[in-house]
Amino acid sequence: MRIYALAVYVFLYLPIGIIALFSFSAGRSASQMQGFSTGWYAKALSNPFVTDALKTSATVALISAILASIFGTMAALALSGMKGRIRVLFDALIYIAVMIPGIVIGIATLIALVTVFDAVNPSLEAVTGWRLSMGRGSLIAAHVLFTMSLVIIIVRARIEGMDRALIEASNDLGAGPVATFWQVTLPMLAPAILAGFLLSFTFSFDDFIIAFFVAGSETTLPIYIFSSIRRGVTPEINAIGTMVMGVSLALLVIAQLTLRRGKAPGQ
Amino acid sequence: MAYATQGETIAEFVNTTKRFGRVLAADRLNLKIGKGEFLSFLGPSGCGKTTALRMLAGFEAPTEGRILIDGQEVGAEPAYRRPVNMVFQHYALFPHMTVAENVGYGLRQRRPRLAKEDIAARVTRALDTVRLGDFGPRRIWEMSGGQQQRVALARAIVNEPKILLLDEPMAALDAKLRGEMQTELLSLQRKLGITFILVTHDQQEALSMSDRICLMGKGRIAQIGTPRELYDRPANRYVADFVGRANILTGTVIRNIGEHALVRLASNHDVVVEAPHPVSPGAKVDLAIRPEALRLATAPQPGLPDIVAKLCRMTFLGEHVEYLLSHPALGQLQVMVPRQAERALPGVDTGHEVHILWDQGNGLILGQD
Repeated sequence: MRIYALAVYVFLYLPIGIIALFSFSAGRSASQMQGFSTGWYAKALSNPFVTDALKTSATVALISAILASIFGTMAALALSGMKGRIRVLFDALIYIAVMIPGIVIGIATLIALVTVFDAVNPSLEAVTGWRLSMGRGSLIAAHVLFTMSLVIIIVRARIEGMDRALIEASNDLGAGPVATFWQVTLPMLAPAILAGFLLSFTFSFDDFIIAFFVAGSETTLPIYIFSSIRRGVTPEINAIGTMVMGVSLALLVIAQLTLRRGKAPGQ
Repeated sequence: MAYATQGETIAEFVNTTKRFGRVLAADRLNLKIGKGEFLSFLGPSGCGKTTALRMLAGFEAPTEGRILIDGQEVGAEPAYRRPVNMVFQHYALFPHMTVAENVGYGLRQRRPRLAKEDIAARVTRALDTVRLGDFGPRRIWEMSGGQQQRVALARAIVNEPKILLLDEPMAALDAKLRGEMQTELLSLQRKLGITFILVTHDQQEALSMSDRICLMGKGRIAQIGTPRELYDRPANRYVADFVGRANILTGTVIRNIGEHALVRLASNHDVVVEAPHPVSPGAKVDLAIRPEALRLATAPQPGLPDIVAKLCRMTFLGEHVEYLLSHPALGQLQVMVPRQAERALPGVDTGHEVHILWDQGNGLILGQD
C-alpha cells in the first residue's frame, strides 16, 4: 500500500518538479537539464508579452477577487437568514456551480454574453456611440460568477460556526443591526472573507478554460503560455509556469493559515 | 397570582404569553419585580424561565400581553433600546476584542458619544469591581472560565442598567468556583443596588441567593415567594417536589383545628398538619412532609401515631444519614437523620422495623397543581 501511495505521488508531482527543475537549465531545451542558470527567469520577466499578460492576469484576478468577496459575503449573509426548502435549493445551486466543469461554464458564459451583447448593443450604440464587447469586463464577470460560490461556501461555514449569542450580546449592549454588523459580524467573518478572496484570486489567476472563451482580444498569462507552447516549449515557459505555481501555492497556504488562525480562539 | 412588592416596581409582566408555533413557552405570566430586588426564575429545562428572561431582554417579543420596564411598555422595543443588560450563559464575549474592549463595548455605543477618557475610567472601575483590575489588555481566550464570567459581569454592569439579567451564569463553573461566584454576585448586588434577575435550574442557587423565587413549570408560574415560603409552604405538589425533597402522601381530612387540620393517612394513623387553605372535613388531600421533619426511634412515643416501617436503605451523607423506609400502606418514606440523632438508633440495620415519629404540626396540606 505504501509503495502504491508513493507511486501515485511520484506520478502526480514528478512532472511538476521537473518543470521547476528545468526552469533553471542553462541550455535551450525544455526537456533537458544543461547546467544551472536563472537566465530564463530574467528573459521571461523582460519579455513585454509576458509582462503584459501578467499585468492583465493580475488586474483581472484582483478585481474579480474583490467583487467575489463582496458579493459572496453578502450572499452568504442573506442565505444564513433563509429557512427551509429555498435555502436547501440555493445551497445545492452553489455547490453545483463549483462542480460544473470549467468548459461548460466557459461556453455557457460565452453564449449568454453574446446573446446579451447582441440584444443591447444596437440601442446602446445609438444612444452612447459605444458598444459592449468581449474583453476584460466579460472576463472579470465570468470569474466573479464562478469564484463567488467559493466565497459563499467558505463564509457560510464561518457564519454557521459563529455563536448567535454574540449578535444578541451586541444588541443587548446597545448596538443596533448596522453597528453590530460593522463591530461584530464583519470582524468575526474577516478571516473567512480573506481566505475566500485569496482562493478567488488564485483561481482567476490560474484559469485558462473560462478565460479562453470570454477573454476576447485580451491575453492572460495562461492564454499566453498556451499559445506559446504551440510554437515549441522553451525553458522560458518552464520559468513562467514555476512562478505562477509559486504564487498560487503561497496564496493557498496563506488562505489556509488565515482560516485556521481565525478559528483558533474561543473554539 | 399577583404579588404586591413593598417598594417601587421596576418591571412587570401583565398576562404575558409567548408561543413558538404550537408550543406555549410562557402562559399568561403576571409578576411584579421590585426595584433592587434579587429575583430568581427557577424551574427545569423547558419550563419557560429562559423565555421570560429573553422577553425582558428584548430577544423575544410576547405573543400576547405586556411587559413594562420602569412603567414603560417595552413589548415592541428592540433589545438595543432597553435599559437592561444580560450576562449570557456562555458569556458571549467578543473573541476579537481585548477584555477592556469587551467591557467598554456598551459605553462606545452611547449617543451622544462619551469621551474616551470617561470610557476608560468607567471600564477600569468596572474591572476593579469584579477584581480583574490588571486584566484589561488581555485577550479573551487567555482568561479562565471564572475570569470570563467576571468579564461578562463587568461588561453588563458598566452600563449601569436598571435590571441585570443573568441567564444560568454559573452553569459552566465547577462546584467550588460556583460557590465563590454566588457569594460575590450577592455582595455585588447589595453594593450596586441594581435589580438582579437570575435564571437557574439549581434550587440551591435560587434558595441561597434570592429575595424571591418565581418557580415555573410548563410555561406557568407555579409559585412566587421568598425562599422560606417556597420551602416551608409549597403551594402544590409540583413545588413541594421541585424545591427540596418531600414525602408526598394522601389523606382524608377529619376536622379543622385553627390553621391546622387532623388528617387520617392511608395507614389509618391520624396526624396534625398545617392547613394553609381552608379544607372541609371528608376531603381527600395531598400532604407533604420534609424528610428532616420526621424522626426515627426504636420504640413508639406516647401521644404520637405509631407508624412502623421497614428500613430498606441507609445512605451516609456526612452531616446527615438518609434512611429509606417502606410501609405497606404509605409506600416509600425518606427520613433525614442528623448524625447526632443517629445515636438513638443503636443496632438498627436494613431489614429491621423502626418507628417513625411524626410530630404534631409538621407537614402541610398541598393545594391543587
